Amino acid sequence: MSIDSAGYGSFIIILIMALVTLVTRLGGVFVMSFVPINYRVQQFISAMSGSVLVALLAPLALNGDNGARLALLTTAVVMLLLKKPLPAIAAGVVMAAVFRHL
Amino acid sequence: MLSSSDKSVVELNWAEVGDGFKQLLPISMFVVVFGVAFGLAAAQTGLDNSASLLMSALVFAGASQFGALDLWGAQVPVVPLIVTVFAINARHLLMGATLYPWLRELPAAKRYGVMMVISDANWAMSMQAFNSGKPGIGLILGGGLALWAAWVLGSWLGVYFGSEIQDPVSLGLDMVMGCFLLAMVIGGQKNLRMLVIWGVAAVSSLLAHRYLPENSHVVVGALAGGVLGAVWMEKKK
Repeated sequence: MSIDSAGYGSFIIILIMALVTLVTRLGGVFVMSFVPINYRVQQFISAMSGSVLVALLAPLALNGDNGARLALLTTAVVMLLLKKPLPAIAAGVVMAAVFRHL
Repeated sequence: MLSSSDKSVVELNWAEVGDGFKQLLPISMFVVVFGVAFGLAAAQTGLDNSASLLMSALVFAGASQFGALDLWGAQVPVVPLIVTVFAINARHLLMGATLYPWLRELPAAKRYGVMMVISDANWAMSMQAFNSGKPGIGLILGGGLALWAAWVLGSWLGVYFGSEIQDPVSLGLDMVMGCFLLAMVIGGQKNLRMLVIWGVAAVSSLLAHRYLPENSHVVVGALAGGVLGAVWMEKKK
């Protein structure tokens, strides 16, 4: 099944996308309201919260160009040293820009 | 952690929402740039200006909007569209689940209301706040509104003026969100158990990225890390 993207069609396509995205935004909270929160579930959730970010970043680090890798490395080092996110992010981005202009 | 019985960290008040808005403003400036990139790409794909803006306003999930542009043509296939958007945005499900221990203290309308604007950056900031016992609901809602406004503004700029912007990749701007999320990871709890969990999450994500269908890696990596955390539990304090 396909929708014609001319005229009202694009509106319907966007509504479908909005609806699917809304399901993902609300679905996690909805499902968890049926799960009893015991200590094991708490440990699952807290382990998962860091893991989401790591899982998002790993392919970026492995498959990105050297500028991307250097940016992430710089952010990591500055964050470990200063423990402040904004300088760490800025340093990473500047490093990527400088490296890509070399 | 999870001092969810401490109700003072899960109240919704407007001062906190305003504060959350301000705290996410710096990162929102960069979201404007992503929005410009999207507006430009959408215009080049052939979307009406109004359709591009409507998509950014209603969907508000950048990666999935770029994904939809890949499928866009005179005819748009519905099932691949739904699968693509769902797969790219499935991480929202995990975000909702991780916030649930705090959100459950709110009445249902507010609980689901604030989740309507959940996104990577405001989620990461609010999790960090909650984990250190600070209020986080204002960060979700206020921060989400800042990110949403920036995304729509950027899309608008991209649709109308996008062709004047120079290459954002050469300026390193594509790395802003990655560096931001990495800073959030490193700012979190660090011990041997967490490092092993992150390692498992990273390896699973990379394997899924290589061998499983597109966009499954975030969910696979996050669940692998979560399951390990549930099996290898911290000693109760």
